[in-house]
Amino acid sequence: MSDATGKDFVAVVASDQRKAPVRVAFVTRRTSAQVKSQDEEVIQAFPEVLFRAAIAVQLLAIVLVLISLFFNAPLEGLADPSHTPNPAKAPWYFLGLQELLHYFPPVVAGVLVPTLVVLALIVIPYFNINVEAEGLFLKDRKRRLQIFWVSSGVLCLFLLLFDVIVALVPTVMTVALMAVAAYTPANTSSNFRRSLAGKPLSFWVMSWFLFELVVLTAVGTFFRGPGWSWVLPWRS
Amino acid sequence: MSVRVSKYFDALTETRAWRSVFRGGSGSSTLHRSMAIQQNIFLHLLSTKVRKRMISLNTTWYLGTLTLGTFGILVITGILLMLYYHPSAPQAYADTKDLQFVVSSGQFLRNLHRWSAHAMVFLVFAHMFRVFYRGAYRAPREFNWVIGVVLLLLTLLLSYTGYLLPWDQLAYWAITVGSNIASAVPVVGDRVRFLMLGGHFVNANALLRFYVLHCMVLPIAALFFVAIHFWRIRKDGGLYAHQKDAASVSNCDSGRPQL
Ligand code: HEM
Repeated sequence: MSDATGKDFVAVVASDQRKAPVRVAFVTRRTSAQVKSQDEEVIQAFPEVLFRAAIAVQLLAIVLVLISLFFNAPLEGLADPSHTPNPAKAPWYFLGLQELLHYFPPVVAGVLVPTLVVLALIVIPYFNINVEAEGLFLKDRKRRLQIFWVSSGVLCLFLLLFDVIVALVPTVMTVALMAVAAYTPANTSSNFRRSLAGKPLSFWVMSWFLFELVVLTAVGTFFRGPGWSWVLPWRS
Repeated sequence: MSVRVSKYFDALTETRAWRSVFRGGSGSSTLHRSMAIQQNIFLHLLSTKVRKRMISLNTTWYLGTLTLGTFGILVITGILLMLYYHPSAPQAYADTKDLQFVVSSGQFLRNLHRWSAHAMVFLVFAHMFRVFYRGAYRAPREFNWVIGVVLLLLTLLLSYTGYLLPWDQLAYWAITVGSNIASAVPVVGDRVRFLMLGGHFVNANALLRFYVLHCMVLPIAALFFVAIHFWRIRKDGGLYAHQKDAASVSNCDSGRPQL
């Protein structure tokens, strides 16, 4: 290690390598040293963890039993193929898709979107290879900002063009948060902004998905009535 | 009283019959507690030791555990519901009505099954997002995340196939809406739909198919993948611990003492 640089320096007595081997690790900027420690405090899975799990499940069971005592599962009339209810709704977790079906042809909303979502979910862990979770706008800033603004602009225009305001709102929310992250000064005093600035791309993609999921599902479940028109849930 | 009960229990765990069943033996030493996990075919999917801070509420929020809990409730209530249910149209509807009005506690059973199903779908999404925001999806846990995606799809399919079974208007039209989407798949769409429904529209064949999927195929598949999911948590070095806490990053299974 010492000769490689070719520089002159004095070896101190204490650094006799045969007696006390010295290891040098270079920590470059923005990476953290990773300590592999095996001596973190551990507890036994049995009984400590298993019992906690059992208590958690019991609390859940109590809540579900209470709900079941007070609220009955819906049961409508016998299935009748000749009589279509209006609106005919899928189960609630598919109502986000059904909401999209209202704007886009079935190949897009019913096939393309779910396929892409599943594929995206599968690749997400493979695609964020940096364990250090690099902030999206910290490296290669200029180019990434360009890509960010152009692609969010195109996406928003596209949603506007098809009149998909419901999907536009979460998109604009995500873009706004990303902009806050992008223009956070390095010496900011706000913890919130600093943490946003450190988020990688996968974080933004997933958060966008979460916002869309919540908004679309809520709209489809509570705010859509006959002919898929807007209704207010408290006035029906 | 409780002292006497525990004395009898201790005596019981010393008997030959008990020892023949539970290989780990009794006792409360660390070794015995490890054996309780390690010597049990089901529990040995889990680690014998867990990092202490992983049990605090603010890590996993116990969401995976709770998802498994709902699954358990669903299996139990589901088996009981099966005792009263014929998967044929329109008998299925009559059976559901009987559950509501004739079978004792039938209404409660049905409610519990239904609300637990909703809870499971909600919890599985919540668990997924929680795992993501903890950063626990990264190497070496990528593949367990993929197993998780399979579990998410299985959960949705389980719920969806169950939705048809009451054979009421709600069920019928929800499945009709859903299965219409299948026919939008390019080229093979109509065939996929035909395969799924056993006909060109939702009818008695579809009910039978959904019943078989709901009560047999999908639960078994889910159980299978849950087993892999848990085993992978152990093999990937226990639950992910955030590295900012200057703790272990990845201690994959490599012959070291198992966490
Ligand atoms: C039937 C559905 C599922 C069950 C019963 C289940 C159960 C569990 C349990 C009990 C844990 C332990 C820690 C915790 O509670 O978070 C866990 C961890 C994990 N789950 Fe799931 N899970 C399911 C679905 C999913 C899904 C949909 C995903 C993601 C797409 C996923 C990804 C993971 C990952 C990556 C871990 C490891 C976390 C870590 O190492 O800290 N699981 N799961």
